[in-house]
Amino acid sequence: MKPAEFAYHRPDSVAEALALLAEDPDAKLLAGGQSLLTLMNLRLARPSAVIDIGRLGELTRIFDDTDDLILGALVTHRTVETDPLIATRTPLLANAARYIGHIGIRNRGTLGGSIAHADPAAEMPLAAVALGATCHVESAVTGRREVAAEEMFESFYTNSLHPHEMITWISVPAIAPEQGWGFVEYAHQHGDYGMAGAGVLLGLDPERRIASLRAAVLNAADRPLLFLGEDVIGERPGPDLWRDLAERWASRTEPSSEDPGYSRRLCAAALAEALTAAERRIERGTGAIG
Amino acid sequence: MTGENSPGAAAVPLVVTINGRRCERTVPARMTLADFLRDELGLTGTHLGCEHGVCGACAVFIDGRSARACLTLAAQVDRCDVVTVEGLDRFEETGRLRRCFSERRGLQCGFCTPGFLVTSVELLRDPDREKPLTEDTVREAISGNICRCTGYQGIVDAVLDADTSE
Repeated sequence: MKPAEFAYHRPDSVAEALALLAEDPDAKLLAGGQSLLTLMNLRLARPSAVIDIGRLGELTRIFDDTDDLILGALVTHRTVETDPLIATRTPLLANAARYIGHIGIRNRGTLGGSIAHADPAAEMPLAAVALGATCHVESAVTGRREVAAEEMFESFYTNSLHPHEMITWISVPAIAPEQGWGFVEYAHQHGDYGMAGAGVLLGLDPERRIASLRAAVLNAADRPLLFLGEDVIGERPGPDLWRDLAERWASRTEPSSEDPGYSRRLCAAALAEALTAAERRIERGTGAIG
Repeated sequence: MTGENSPGAAAVPLVVTINGRRCERTVPARMTLADFLRDELGLTGTHLGCEHGVCGACAVFIDGRSARACLTLAAQVDRCDVVTVEGLDRFEETGRLRRCFSERRGLQCGFCTPGFLVTSVELLRDPDREKPLTEDTVREAISGNICRCTGYQGIVDAVLDADTSE
């Protein structure tokens, strides 16, 4: 249960990290290490080199832009969970972070690391997809590009980045006053991987009809799945609609569990609960805060 | 620092403060903080259970926040301030907590105790937590620490007692 040998680099700048990454396609970036070191201890991962980016303090910063919150890749889950600005501007993200592992894990694990790790049962990939986040990616070989969260996750622990690319910043759209959110996760006990989970972002127009709807689910396929409620735009929200939508969406999941029917029922329940919570938050006018 | 087959090349110089004392060493890159504390420094209070982040027995403070020493490389704590269970007396909550663990029979075999103490001290010191603590809050906070004697009830009682007896 000890890591295999590897070369260790601790760059002092993003540019230096990118240069090291471009030199060795087998190198792995180490941020908080809460997923990578587990894999290395179990020798499921044996990178030739570890590039420890934990000291790149600039990537722990948070910028409040007009429509987005721009978070450095090294912002920890604990910061996402407790930062008042994040709780106000992207409450779904803040709430989802509470469900990540345990406090010692959240103290060190990072937003960028979780997204790069691409675990289909993880909360941050789900939240990024549900919220329509954008990853800013840099490379010493190909320069900069942006990757939408829904384009980031390809399969189990597989993202769409090239080996020489690194996530540096994540833009998360801030919640609008007419929007509500819901996040629901079912686990055997707090901190366990969720058996099912759903995140919902709902917008209603002044007549209280559905104006926009995005939802994502975790642990229901080899990647976080996104559902867009395009076919219910203009309809009135309510328990019947939510139940119908949750069942239709859950039927499109691809669970890899022993009992896919059970997984789909759990997924439908989580979706219905999250949709209801989103509607309630708009009714109570607590969309942005609660 | 190149070549995975040349162990000498993957050695990392390290300057770190452990329990208030400055410590300078060169460590293999692949050495975890837990092994560094136990094998290099003889601080064997930090226990190793699962070695992949599940059991919480290796919890220590790094720069004032709890972390798993098995999921941290020694190289990562260069220039950091580390506090292990041996150094917990610097926090005024520790004596009270220790007494409550004893009174409430939260100690059991004691293997998990260092991790529980670190996690509980962090919880008692957290300025953002609800006051007073509830059983649910404590259970959620210590959910990352496993007690193989299933002594949870005594531990929860001890943390609640330590919270209200401050």
